[in-house]
Amino acid sequence: MKINLKVWRQKDSKDKGHFETYPVEANEHMSFLEMMDVLNEDLLAQKKEPVAFEHDCREGICGACSLVIDGRPHGPQTGTTTCQLHMRHFKSGDTIIVEPWRANAFPVIKDLVVDRSSFDRVIQAGGYISVNTGQAQDGNAIPIEKGLASRSMDAAECIGCGACVAACPNGSAMLFTSAKVSHLGLLPQGKVEHVNRVRGMVAQMDKEGFGNCSNIEACEAECPKEISVVNIARMNRAYIGASIVEE
Amino acid sequence: MKLESKVPPGSLATKWTEYKSKMNLVAPNNKRRLEVIVVGTGLAGASAAATLGELGYHVKCFTFHDSPRRAHSIAAQGGINAAKNYQNDGDSVYRLFYDTIKGGDYRSREANVHRLAEVSRDIIDQCVAQGVPFAREYGGLLANRSFGGVLVSRTFYARGQTGQQLLIGAYQALSRQISLGTVQMYNRHEMLDLVKVDGKARGIIVRNLLDGKIERFAAHCVVLATGGYGNVFYLSTNAMGCNATAAWRSVRRGALMANPCFTQIHPTCIPVSGEYQSKLTLMSESLRNDGRVWVPKSVSDAKAIQKGEKNALDIAEGDRDYYLERRYPAFGNLVPRDVASRAAKVACDEGKGVAPTGLAVYLDFAEAIDRYGRARAHSRGIGNPTEAQVIELGEEIIRQKYGNLFQMYEKITGEDPYKMPMKIYPAVHYTMGGLWVDYNLETNVPGLFALGECNFSDHGANRLGASALMQGLADGYFVIPYTIGAFLSQEIRTPKFSTDLPEFAEAEKSVKDRIDRLMSTNGNQSVESFHRRLGKIMWEYCGMSRTAEGLKKGIDEIRALRKEYYEQVYVPGTKAEFNPELEKALRVADFLELGEVMMNDALNRNESCGGHFRYEYRTPEGEAKRDDDNYTYVAAWSWSEDGKILMYKEDLVFENVELKTRSYK
Ligand SMILES: Cc1cc2nc3c(=O)[nH]c(=O)nc-3n(C[C@H](O)[C@H](O)[C@H](O)COP(=O)(O)OP(=O)(O)OC[C@H]3O[C@@H](n4cnc5c(N)ncnc54)[C@H](O)[C@@H]3O)c2cc1C
Ligand code: FES
Repeated sequence: MKINLKVWRQKDSKDKGHFETYPVEANEHMSFLEMMDVLNEDLLAQKKEPVAFEHDCREGICGACSLVIDGRPHGPQTGTTTCQLHMRHFKSGDTIIVEPWRANAFPVIKDLVVDRSSFDRVIQAGGYISVNTGQAQDGNAIPIEKGLASRSMDAAECIGCGACVAACPNGSAMLFTSAKVSHLGLLPQGKVEHVNRVRGMVAQMDKEGFGNCSNIEACEAECPKEISVVNIARMNRAYIGASIVEE
Repeated sequence: MKLESKVPPGSLATKWTEYKSKMNLVAPNNKRRLEVIVVGTGLAGASAAATLGELGYHVKCFTFHDSPRRAHSIAAQGGINAAKNYQNDGDSVYRLFYDTIKGGDYRSREANVHRLAEVSRDIIDQCVAQGVPFAREYGGLLANRSFGGVLVSRTFYARGQTGQQLLIGAYQALSRQISLGTVQMYNRHEMLDLVKVDGKARGIIVRNLLDGKIERFAAHCVVLATGGYGNVFYLSTNAMGCNATAAWRSVRRGALMANPCFTQIHPTCIPVSGEYQSKLTLMSESLRNDGRVWVPKSVSDAKAIQKGEKNALDIAEGDRDYYLERRYPAFGNLVPRDVASRAAKVACDEGKGVAPTGLAVYLDFAEAIDRYGRARAHSRGIGNPTEAQVIELGEEIIRQKYGNLFQMYEKITGEDPYKMPMKIYPAVHYTMGGLWVDYNLETNVPGLFALGECNFSDHGANRLGASALMQGLADGYFVIPYTIGAFLSQEIRTPKFSTDLPEFAEAEKSVKDRIDRLMSTNGNQSVESFHRRLGKIMWEYCGMSRTAEGLKKGIDEIRALRKEYYEQVYVPGTKAEFNPELEKALRVADFLELGEVMMNDALNRNESCGGHFRYEYRTPEGEAKRDDDNYTYVAAWSWSEDGKILMYKEDLVFENVELKTRSYK
C-alpha cells in the first residue's frame, strides 16, 4: 500500500518546526512503527536524517511510543498504543499526519520526541507508599477484597505515556495523576498517606505547568489503557477532603 | 586467573543467614560518605538503587531511557515465583531451589540458587506492602498459577502485566528516594565505559543522550543492572533498546562474560511474518496452563494449511498430534521452555508447521473454553447448557484470565484467538549468560557488581518461567544491600574520587574515539541493516540447534561482518545532539563482538544442556545429552583489546543435589 506521510520535523527544542511529506511503501501487516522504520531506512539510503520518534517495547506496555496520528494521540483505534496500531487500519493512498504530543509540560526534544520527565516529578511528589525494604509483613496478612484489588489494578494499568495530556485541550494531567492516586489510595496499604499523596501530587502537577481539568473527558477517550475518568472524580473528592483536613 | 565463588561455608539451608549475621557492616555515618553508581532501573536496578538509598548510601542512578519506569522489565507478563506455599500443594524453599537447579540443567551454583529461593518469600511481602495489586482470590488472599517445569502453583501475578506492576512498585520506591535526595537520577544517560582506578571499579563514562555530551561520574563502586543481550539476535521478544553495551564494555575492562551461549528460546511467541519485522511478541507462558499445543498428524494436512486451503478447524480431533502431551505425559503442555521450543522445531522440521512460512504450531484453547464453560454452567445451576452457552461462559473465564494477551494477539495478527487457535513459534527471549559474579554478586573486577539479567548467576542453562522477575528483585532488594557491605566496609577511609584522574581521561578519550570512528565512516549501509544481518547469522548458527561446523562458519561470518561494519556503516547527524542512530551504532558495534564470544562458548561446550542444544550431542529420542564429567563448569570469557578471546573455568560443585538426566516424561 502507498501512504503519504506528513510528518512533523523539528531539529531541537528551539527550532520552530514544520511538516514534511514523504511517500512510503507499506504493507498491511506492518505495525505503524514498522512503517516508520521503512520511512527511516528510505531516508538513510538517501543520506537524509531519519525521523526521531520514541519507542521501546513495541507491545503497548512501556509507554514510550507517543505519536499524534491524524489529530489523535496513538491514532484512530481505541484502546491501542501507536506501536500496536497496524497498517491494516489504513487504506492505500491515505495521507497520514504525524505529530508529537503537544503540551506545555511536554517540550519537544526533536521531531516526534518530547520530554515527559514532568510525569516522573509528579510521582516523586508522593506517588508511592513509604515502606522501606524489609519492613513488610506477610503478604497475606491483610486480605484485600478481589473487586477492590481489581479496581486498584484498573488504575495501575496506566503506562505513563501522556496521551491523556496530549488529548486534553488544557494539557491537563488529571487522568495520569488520579490513576496513581486511585491505584494506591484504594488499597488498605495506601490509605495511610492518601491525603498527603493527593496534596503533594496535585501541587506538583500545577508546578509543572499542566492545565486544569474542565471535564472534557478526551483523556479517557484517547487513553490506550482505557483508564476511566472515575479516577478523576475520586481524586477530586480526596482533594476537597484534603483541603478540609488542612483547615 | 582463578575464579573464586566465595560461597560461604555451612549447610546449604543456613549459610545465607549465617553469612549475613557475621558480615561486616558499614556504620550509618560512613554510608553517607560512600557513593554508589547504579546503572539500570529495571527490577534489579530500581530495587537496588531504592534500597541502597534507604540504607543511607549516596546513590547515582542511570538509565538510557527517558524515565526509570520504561525499563524492559515493564514488559514481563506472566508472573513471579515465590516459595510461599500458600496453596498448600507441597511447595517449599527446597522445592523451588531444586526445580530451579533442575530446570537450569545443573549448570548453576547451588548456594546462589538456594538463597534466591529463600528470599523469594520476602519479595512478595515487600511488593504487597508497596501496593502492587496482585491477583486475589474471593477470600481476599493472594492468587497463584503454574508455570512450566514445575508441579506446584507458586506464581504470583497481576493480570498479564506482572512485570509492569512490580516495576512500578520499584519505580515508586526509587522515586521516593529521589525526592528524599538519597538517589540522584540521571535519565537519558547511557553508560559507554567503565573506569577502573588501581584495579577497582570507580566510575563510568556516559553519554548524555539529549545533547551528546560525554560526562564522567565517580563513586566507590559500580553496580550494573543493565539487562540481557537477547537483541544480539536482532529479532527477539526484548524491547528495542535492550543492549549489551554496559556489560560488554565492562568485559573490555577485564570483567568476564559467563556462559554467553546460554540463551533462552521461548516457545510461545507470535511467528515471524515478514522481512520488515522489528521485533517478536511473546505470548505468556501462563497460556500453557490452558492452551494445548498441536500440529496436524499428516504433512499433507499441514501443507494444505500452509497454502490456506484448510484451517485448524478443518482438522478432525483424531488427525491432530498434541505432541507435548504425547512425548511428555507427566508435564504435558507445561514442560520447560527449552524442551517445548525444540519440540516445536522438530514438528516444523518434519513439515508439519501451520503458517504460510511453515514455521508455527497451534496453541488451542477450545478444550479449556469447553471445560470452564461447563463448570461455570454447573455452578450457576444451568442443568443442560447449550453448546453456545458453554462457549460463552467458557470464553468469559478465559477472558478474565488472559484477556489482554488475547487482545494483543488479535491486534498483531488480525485473527480472533477465541475462535481459531493461536499460531505460535519459538523466539529468542532471555539470556541466562551474563557477567560472571561470585556469591556477593561481585564480578572479578573488585567493586563492580552485576544484578538481574545482566549477570549469569541463577538460571544455569535454562531459566524457568517467572523466575527472572524473582531474581531481579531478589538481587536488588535483598542481596546486594548486604553483600555490597563486604566491599564497602573496606572502603570507609577511601575519600571521594575525582573525575580528573588520568583513568577517567583515558576512558573518556576511548569513548570519544569510538564515536568518532562510527561518525566518520560515512558508508552507505544503515546500522539497522547490519544488526539484521548479525541477527540472521546468530539465529542460523547459534540458535535452537547448533553444530561445531555451523559455529565455525558463524564465527567467520561475524568477523567479516564486523570488518564491513567499520567500512560501510552510515550514521547520520552529528555526535553533539540527540541522535538515536548513533546510540544504535554503538550498541550494534558491541553486539558484533559479543556474538563472536557466544559462538566460541557454544563451540567449546561439547554437550547439550538446557537452551544450548548441540545437534551432535543428543539421545536416540532426540533429547539433550549432557556431559557432566567434562562440562560441569561455568565458562567465563575475556576479550582483550586485540580481540583475543580466553576462557576461564569455575567448576560447579553439587553437594546437595544429585545430577540426573532431566526428565519431564
Ligand atoms: C516479553 C517478556 C516477558 C517476560 N515475562 C516474564 C515473566 O512473566 N516472568 C519473569 O520472571 N520474567 C519475565 N521476563 C524476563 C524479565 O522481564 C527480565 O529478565 C527482567 O525484567 C530483567 O530485569 P533487569 O532489571 O535485569 O533488566 P531490565 O529491565 O532490562 O533493565 C535494564 C535497565 O538498564 C538500563 N541500561 C541498560 N544499558 C544501559 C547503559 N549502557 N547505560 C544506562 N542504562 C542502561 C536500561 O535503561 C534499563 O533501565 C520477560 C521478558 C520479556 C522480554
Ligand atoms: S513502544 Fe512501548 S508502549 Fe509503544
